[in-house]
Amino acid sequence: MEKEQHTHIVKYKTYVFVLIALLFMTFTSVAITSLNLGPYTVSAALLLAGCKSLLVLLIFMHLKFDKKFYAIMAASVFLLLGCVIFITFLDYLYR
Amino acid sequence: MSDTVIQNPEPNYLEYQGRYKGIFAWIFSTDHKRIGLLYLYSMLVLFSVAAILGLLMKIELIAPGKTIMDAQTYNSFFTLHGITMIFLIVVPGLPAVFGNFFLPLMIGAKDVAFPKLNLLSWWIYILGAAVALSAQFFGDGPPDTGWTFYAPYSFRTGTNMLPAVTGAFILGFSSIATGLNFIVTIHRMRAPGMAWMKMPLFPWAIYGTSWIQVLATPIVGITLLMIVLERTLQIGFFDPALGGDPILYQHLFWIYSHPAVYIMILPAMGVISEIIPTFARKTIFGYKAIVVSTLAIAFVGYFVWGHHMFTSGMSGTALYTFSILTFLVAIPSAIKIFNWVATLHKASIDIQTPFLWALCFLFVFMIGGLSGMVLGALSANVHLHDTAFVVAHFHFIVFGGTGYAFFGALHYWYPKMFGRMYDKGWANIGLAVFFTGFNTLYLPMFYLGMIGMPRRYYDYVEEFHGPNIVSSFGAMLMISGLIIIITNLVRSARKGEIAEADPWKGKTLEWTVASPPPLENFAEIPVVTKRPYDYE
Repeated sequence: MEKEQHTHIVKYKTYVFVLIALLFMTFTSVAITSLNLGPYTVSAALLLAGCKSLLVLLIFMHLKFDKKFYAIMAASVFLLLGCVIFITFLDYLYR
Repeated sequence: MSDTVIQNPEPNYLEYQGRYKGIFAWIFSTDHKRIGLLYLYSMLVLFSVAAILGLLMKIELIAPGKTIMDAQTYNSFFTLHGITMIFLIVVPGLPAVFGNFFLPLMIGAKDVAFPKLNLLSWWIYILGAAVALSAQFFGDGPPDTGWTFYAPYSFRTGTNMLPAVTGAFILGFSSIATGLNFIVTIHRMRAPGMAWMKMPLFPWAIYGTSWIQVLATPIVGITLLMIVLERTLQIGFFDPALGGDPILYQHLFWIYSHPAVYIMILPAMGVISEIIPTFARKTIFGYKAIVVSTLAIAFVGYFVWGHHMFTSGMSGTALYTFSILTFLVAIPSAIKIFNWVATLHKASIDIQTPFLWALCFLFVFMIGGLSGMVLGALSANVHLHDTAFVVAHFHFIVFGGTGYAFFGALHYWYPKMFGRMYDKGWANIGLAVFFTGFNTLYLPMFYLGMIGMPRRYYDYVEEFHGPNIVSSFGAMLMISGLIIIITNLVRSARKGEIAEADPWKGKTLEWTVASPPPLENFAEIPVVTKRPYDYE
């Protein structure tokens, strides 16, 4: 039903940069556990994990080069997850 | 929908001989129709076992005290009944059997997008079923936690929990792969001219369901894995003794398992949306409203899981929020009911067996839905939580909803699937016995719950005896109805009259091909020019 799309070929150099960025953030995630950030330790780990996921989605999974529709669908999933987490915390924060 | 009936010289999918022969031609087939039937046969066997377990439990409850089994056996029976019915039959049921068989046919495709992944899904399903059921026969005795595996009991019980939990975990992969396959199929393989708003309502329901399967199943997968880790490595996720939170388990479990109820019921609603216009000989009333309500149920259904936990000790804020959201999700469900009833208004109804199943669905689903509203109210829930009322409500929704739609779908599409017609007289008798038994079984349980009979106990006080006798008799009647229905269908697959390509005068694409359908469905991909229920 849907028309064929042009295939976007990503340069190897870009993939290598992304790989390095992912590895760097992984090591940072590990290193950060040795710092005493108190209640922010989990937030920092989640922030780094979020950045890594975003890179994978945009570059490796081609969301950046695909139709906007797919980006909106992926964003909706994260919105849904955000709502689920928010509602769960209506229990934990007010218990 | 499409103007011409396409006759195909190819052999039908039942006669086709590929690389393999005998049973191997089935278990290694990537044809979506054969895979649909593989699921059907597997589920029929599992359903028979689980239904017999249910009957034995009701026989145990025919009188107070020990009747035919002890307490521990009863606990393991309701656990196995729940695991089998939920994870192996009701959750995969309609999408795996009828989604597989009819989705490509209804959207004008030759197969699903990933046929090999489709076959792999069935193999994973069989593997998951084998692992889950092995818990009954090996190790330290059958699990006794109920199908919810509630923490902290699930890692403190001495029974054989790990295989059951691992089996459910494996089954999740089958569900995700099937959902993904269907989403891609619907996006990429609809026939030319089939715009989104020209797609029949069953594929729409499968589409909404598939999204839930893909997005919610990983959560239960991770949760079940956490149980395994907690049991084996003593990591404290849920056990207070290890610093965990048992309510977190309930949150995570129901974040999946409540949307799973919509995995069960959305395709059922899709089936009813196919049957009613066909036999009403009328365009469905409010097509767009049904589509939007399907997506709304799929979306809002994610946020109501907490109504399973009203007595768990959640915060007041969470309780009010979940109660309001629960009432909200009833709105799109009601929209569908009103649309189906409006379709019947002033229609030239052809009363056939599938239509009778659809009518019975409306009756029992309404009772299930309205009793859900009772449970969604906080004050009533505190009184009724974990009583027989919940069991009755659940069975009216899941068995009354999904089960009736499943049998309705089977009677509706049977001539297309097997190329033969069942005996309509016996089919109607079976339905009458089944429907009478169903209501005799479950209606007394509403009353029993209201007067305080708890669920999951093999014994009760004398006060509950009378309604339990009625309920147990209903179980026997219902099983008798099922035997009539299944015997008629099995017998007719070989000995039934040859069916026409379109015995019900349906308008969707599956009725434009021969019965049984040719291997590749369509000699030429049809061009869709009309809306799906164009009876004007």
